[in-house]
Amino acid sequence: MAYDKFTTLTSSAVPLPIENVDTDQIIPARFLKATTRDGFGDNLFRDWRYNGDDTPKEDFVLNNPIYTGKILVGGKNFGSGSSREHAAWAVYDYGFRCVVSSFFADIFKNNCLNIGVLPVQISPEFSNEIFEAIYADPNTQLEINLEAQTITLLSSGTQESFDINGYKKGNMLNGFDDIDYLQNMKSEIETFTDTRPF
Amino acid sequence: MSKSLFDKVWDSHVVRSIEDGPDVLYIDRHLIHEVTSPVAFVGLKSRGLSVLYPKRTFAVADHNTPTINQHLPVEDPLSANQLKTLENNANEYGISHWGLGHKNNGIVHVVGPENGITLPGATIVCGDSHTSTHGAFGAIAFGIGTSEVEMVLTTQCIMQPKPKKMRISINGPLSKGVTPKDVGLYIISQLTTSGATGYFVEYAGDVFENMTMEGRMTVCNLSIEMGARGGMIAPDEKTFEYIKGRAMTPKGADWDKAMAYWETLKTDDDAVFDKELTFDAKNIEPMITYGTNPGMGMGISKNIPSAESVEGGKATYDKSLAYMGYAENEQMIGKKIDYVFIGSCTNGRIEDFRAFASIVKGRKKADNVTAWLVPGSHIVEAKIKEEGLLDIFEEAGFVLREPGCSACLAMNDDKVPAGKYAVSTSNRNFEGRQGPGSRTLLASPLVAAAAAVTGVVTDPRELL
Repeated sequence: MAYDKFTTLTSSAVPLPIENVDTDQIIPARFLKATTRDGFGDNLFRDWRYNGDDTPKEDFVLNNPIYTGKILVGGKNFGSGSSREHAAWAVYDYGFRCVVSSFFADIFKNNCLNIGVLPVQISPEFSNEIFEAIYADPNTQLEINLEAQTITLLSSGTQESFDINGYKKGNMLNGFDDIDYLQNMKSEIETFTDTRPF
Repeated sequence: MSKSLFDKVWDSHVVRSIEDGPDVLYIDRHLIHEVTSPVAFVGLKSRGLSVLYPKRTFAVADHNTPTINQHLPVEDPLSANQLKTLENNANEYGISHWGLGHKNNGIVHVVGPENGITLPGATIVCGDSHTSTHGAFGAIAFGIGTSEVEMVLTTQCIMQPKPKKMRISINGPLSKGVTPKDVGLYIISQLTTSGATGYFVEYAGDVFENMTMEGRMTVCNLSIEMGARGGMIAPDEKTFEYIKGRAMTPKGADWDKAMAYWETLKTDDDAVFDKELTFDAKNIEPMITYGTNPGMGMGISKNIPSAESVEGGKATYDKSLAYMGYAENEQMIGKKIDYVFIGSCTNGRIEDFRAFASIVKGRKKADNVTAWLVPGSHIVEAKIKEEGLLDIFEEAGFVLREPGCSACLAMNDDKVPAGKYAVSTSNRNFEGRQGPGSRTLLASPLVAAAAAVTGVVTDPRELL
């Protein structure tokens, strides 16, 4: 499905400075039994967020009301493991529109781009600076400008540019998705199919 | 211009290259299962789209299926609904469906090769990261998200930037007790779980040339665990011998035509890779993991590394060891375990059960161990019976279950309880992967068998 347009986003951010956060943590497998895309945000980080008896774990960041916002800042190698798009859906459904990390796993990054969550890859140094700023002031604002491909820590003015290919950037700015593009290639694809050996 | 195996297959599937964007990549074979496909069909319906080439998609139920009493209705209503949804979608769009109870049913990455769906030089995708398994045949095979499943259903294409290329070469004889699983876990332990992110890997060298097709599948399966989208091995006589005559492979003149193409699928001598890594086979011993990602593995005779000696932050490392209930510098040998799982798309094939049998034969399952023996497919299950392995297992006190993904991701009832330790031949030891609070030690079928009969982590070389 096509998704919301993404242009600029200024928000406080939720810090999760753990490395190698895998998609089994983002959404455990036992919550993948749905046949629609609804409600995955309730189980985002389920086993880090809740005890076995469904009471909240007080030391987990999503249960700490001082940290809010539409940006999730994760540690290095965020989203490794399973290809489940449910992980990206859970991030989106919870209310995040952007994930910031010094390194993303490939499939998760791709899944985010395909549903309208912007993955922003920054340097490890900038990542550390952002974590420190958020811990010093939970209301610290980050500004993400997709057109300019920049992310700015407003309190210090530190800014970095981030990579995104021109095609995907256009999609996100306009709220298009890949199916919109591929649908216009049908005859080219059918011609190509005739050349396949099997 | 010189090309690698990967270049040759990729480039021949590009329908269109978008400037400053991805390639539109044609997909020859699309595998779907019950967990990651339903929302793709919802998407198709909401847009009023159809499936462009239903014969190029194959539906298999595996993630959510019980491994006992498969002839009875599935008890969990959510699982039953997902399985029924897959069946209904397949029927509605004219897609082949191997559901629960079908003679060809099993784990999608086991049944693909068994039935000749998997072919050299093909592009193969599935909404499952272990699709990399099929790279063993010289195919470009990788996992995709549900949005991409929808794209493939309706256009037979996905949009992907071409990954960078890495070659991993390993030469020399493998030592006693070292299996393809150990080779894979060794590579991941050297690269970490993100060491190959952004790359597609080609495995080269005599270690892989000498491996059976099933061994190659195990290695390629684990490619995703070092972050690579996929891994592949050039097809050779062994590959062609394996696929010849299988139900869905080309026959007659079509076979000859395909062979002419397949024989070109080698990396040119002067092809250049973005990254080249070389390891020595003699440095690999039977492996076991001690932490909460597959990169946290070590030779079974070694001690758990100290935080200073591993890459990454100490806080993350400490969190991982605390979850496992282990400490730095402890030895793994002798650690008590509670569960053993042999199965999964990594190690659920007949050679894996033969290896398991080679150790449990004439011994008895340890009393403190609950063991789940789960074949990768009904075809594997039948071979286990034909070859007399079932008798060996039963005499040793083991029970054989029915095929499925089972305790690899514990979507069904095969869940390891909180705090318990499982030696598992699967592919991921993430927190809670095998059930909330479960603790997983990844290892080969030989290490799993040694643990199953002794009740503790045991060097399998002592029992061979």
